[in-house]
Amino acid sequence: MAKRKGRPFDLKSQPGFTQIAWGCVVFLYAPILVLIAFSFNANRSVVRWTEFSFDWYVAAFQNEGIRNAAIVSLKVATSATLVATTFATMAALATTRTAPFRGQGVAFGIINQPLMVPEIVTAVVTLSFFALVKQITGLTGIGYLILAHTVFCIPFAYMPIRARLEDMNLTLEQAAADLYATPFRIFRRVTLPLMAPGILAGAMLAFVVSLDDVIITLMISGPGETTLPIYIFGQIRRGITPEINAVSTVLLGVSVLLVSSFFLIGRKKA
Amino acid sequence: MSVRQEIATPAEADAALRAAIRQREREAFRNRWLLLAPAVGLIGCVGLLPLALTMIYSFLEPGTYGGVTWSFSTGAYEQFLFDRDLFDETILTFNPSYVIIFARSIFLALVATVGTLIVGYPTAYFIATRPRESRNLWLFLITLPFWTNLLIRTYAMLLIIRDEGLVNALLMGVGVVNQPVGILYTDFAVFLGLIYSFLPFMVLPVYASLEKLDFRLVEAAYDLYATRWRVLRRVVIPATRPGIIAGCILVFIPGLGAYITPELLGGGKKLMIGNMIALQFGTARNWPFGSAAALILMAMVVLMLFVVMRRSGRQMSHG
Amino acid sequence: MSSDDGLIEIVNVTKAFGTGERRFLALGGVNATIRKGEFFTLLGPSGCGKTTLLRLIAGFELPTSGEILLDGQEIGHLPPYRRPVNTVFQNYALFPHMTVAENISFGLEMLNKPKAEIASTVERMLALVKMSELAGRRTDQLSGGQQQRVALARALAPQPKVLLLDEPLSALDLKLRKEMQVELKRIQHETGITFIFVTHDQEEALTMSDRIAVMAKGNILQIGSPSEIYNAPAARFVADFIGDINFIEGQVVVAGEKTAQIRLPGGQVLTARASRPVEGPVTLAIRPEKVGLRHADDDDVPLSGTVTNLVYFGSGTNVHVDVGLGADIVARATAPKVALGDRVGLDLHVTDLSVLAE
Repeated sequence: MAKRKGRPFDLKSQPGFTQIAWGCVVFLYAPILVLIAFSFNANRSVVRWTEFSFDWYVAAFQNEGIRNAAIVSLKVATSATLVATTFATMAALATTRTAPFRGQGVAFGIINQPLMVPEIVTAVVTLSFFALVKQITGLTGIGYLILAHTVFCIPFAYMPIRARLEDMNLTLEQAAADLYATPFRIFRRVTLPLMAPGILAGAMLAFVVSLDDVIITLMISGPGETTLPIYIFGQIRRGITPEINAVSTVLLGVSVLLVSSFFLIGRKKA
Repeated sequence: MSVRQEIATPAEADAALRAAIRQREREAFRNRWLLLAPAVGLIGCVGLLPLALTMIYSFLEPGTYGGVTWSFSTGAYEQFLFDRDLFDETILTFNPSYVIIFARSIFLALVATVGTLIVGYPTAYFIATRPRESRNLWLFLITLPFWTNLLIRTYAMLLIIRDEGLVNALLMGVGVVNQPVGILYTDFAVFLGLIYSFLPFMVLPVYASLEKLDFRLVEAAYDLYATRWRVLRRVVIPATRPGIIAGCILVFIPGLGAYITPELLGGGKKLMIGNMIALQFGTARNWPFGSAAALILMAMVVLMLFVVMRRSGRQMSHG
Repeated sequence: MSSDDGLIEIVNVTKAFGTGERRFLALGGVNATIRKGEFFTLLGPSGCGKTTLLRLIAGFELPTSGEILLDGQEIGHLPPYRRPVNTVFQNYALFPHMTVAENISFGLEMLNKPKAEIASTVERMLALVKMSELAGRRTDQLSGGQQQRVALARALAPQPKVLLLDEPLSALDLKLRKEMQVELKRIQHETGITFIFVTHDQEEALTMSDRIAVMAKGNILQIGSPSEIYNAPAARFVADFIGDINFIEGQVVVAGEKTAQIRLPGGQVLTARASRPVEGPVTLAIRPEKVGLRHADDDDVPLSGTVTNLVYFGSGTNVHVDVGLGADIVARATAPKVALGDRVGLDLHVTDLSVLAE
């Protein structure tokens, strides 16, 4: 065969696509990297770099508003994650590995409903509903916020758990039944250990989604229920402070950490 | 029911079998719905029921300090098109401002969808043609922003496009302009922000359908004298249509209801539907009007999903 | 109700899946008796209902009607964990989150056996399947053959009355499959446990089984020893499914006690074995290796024709002969001295030529 000059013909490549892909990554990450970089800037400016410092992190940590907001965020995200993951696990067990049943489509639609409605609609609709409930029962508190978060966390927790269960071989449970395990022991010894990575992944997504929520929280959170994103939102509207860069960087870091572990868990399975 | 009962005759065996079948069915039914009840019940009560309430609210009159007063009115829907005369409430004059907001929102969401498609498709194609190991890394890079805080990302965007931001600093540093270009608080800023927010929504479904593409089809097309461009246009793009449609929906719908992006990058002056709805429940204190607007937005989304699903459903049954 | 040596009795068992128009009858009234200690094989093409029958015995599905008796006790309605039978699954279904030893001890733990007994049984089972060195391994680090052995040990550990094997060798390559066939027979012999073995591989069934039940379309067509099934197929399907065979259509002219005379469309008359009185149109069957090649002009040859094809397959050659009956008749010989186009005579001995029950 004759030697060819230059690069061999690549069937799959298309001109310019490589550059666009790299451009996308730069576009997606450049603003975030700038934000992170300037959170370590000693100067107030977000343009001119002077020297490296942790000053804004220290300032943020000493800011009582930020500390309280962080506590509220953690409280809401943890509670919502626990409840949503439990409910999603139960729902996933009911909707996978069975023959199609009457009402399956409806159940599936309801579970995924929070994903299909625009967030702003969910926000105002929930606000109206809670206002009415508060008026009738006179009950107040952070429970409303947790409840709202739980609802939109369920589909996010449900997805990876369901995927995990669908990948699982149904004969494993039959094998356990064949080896004299009662339904409860099948669940405890076989089903639960095998679906655990899915549950963990679901919980992580639920936590991240709850921690990052702005619109719904903005609409329904009462006084003293300011979460970190809401605090940041308020500050941005008032003017830009490097303190916010520091808090934002921390929040980004938490999300990135959790999502990275989610991907690692997912990869281990394969 | 005792399962250890003595079974002697075929009739007894038959009875025991029937009882066992019935019991298994009953247990399966009971377990299934007991397991589904918490999730379905909670979402039903806090997700679906309020939608019905909102429908009722949209036909009531606004309360003076927010909320509603319980008397029937179609005022909320009239308000979209008409203004009531201050002195004679029976005179209605056409007011296009809300229609304009809806049109603007649709326009911006559409442009953003096309924008994400133009940059997202090549990106997805590029990722799908990488070796398996680097493919996962690329996917991770594209997905990661989706899971980080939208508010913070939008804020980061704001930081670099404002007059004192990095983009203007660079432009002036190179000498392209000698005065900051006003990007922030324009439609272009909102457009940029929407693309920035929803780009992963386009890349992922397109990638999913490209990954399933059999590249032997591409080989066959080249074998039959197609050029690169024609391979793309005649083979690759038609085969990945479902992914393109899914991506467009996933970008258009949240784009239409966007709140944070126009709020921060449009400066709260260039309103989109999302901000308008929020406003009615905030300072404007017109809950019925806000409810009506939310329902109209919701209806638009449902209608679009319905049309797309029916069309793709029909294609499926033909394929 | 139970016969003397019947361990498992299957009485009029039917199984239907789905309802209404999509109702599908997987088993249509199956009867069988499986004896204690035997290697019993359910043989048939995919979709014949053999796996369904196995799953009914295991308890993963409940029959639509009928009885399944174990030691004279009705078990058809019991859940799987109340039946003293264990299964080796087609894809082994080993628990991926447990070691080899943990997999084997699982059933014993579920039966709440004392720890010491569990430990000694696991050791015995590991030795039985020659896996003692790999006791601590995770099951996903094992080869296909090793997984197969663990699955076998796991199912044998609780000492079931019956071991069910659902195409356990189908995932193995040919060489390993042959080895495991021998292993399975040895283990069955050593343990004395009754095996019910499901396969679609007729050769596997013939070499391993004490008795075979041939199934098609949800029914058992014939139960018998491998040689009965091979030499005296009761139905056309059985004859066709197992090995190669020639079919000859004809009309009964004289029906005797044990034999019948059948006239072929070409006028020739053949004498064939018939286990019952027959009449009207019938099908005769004969294995290629039982068809004798003779000179065409020998006096007593019932059929003669032209050689149309010679197919060599190593240990012999198939000679295709056109005798004017539509389909060629195939004769198998080790070194036939014939060439294409030769005229030959065919010898069909009465004991090898059987009338099929349609």
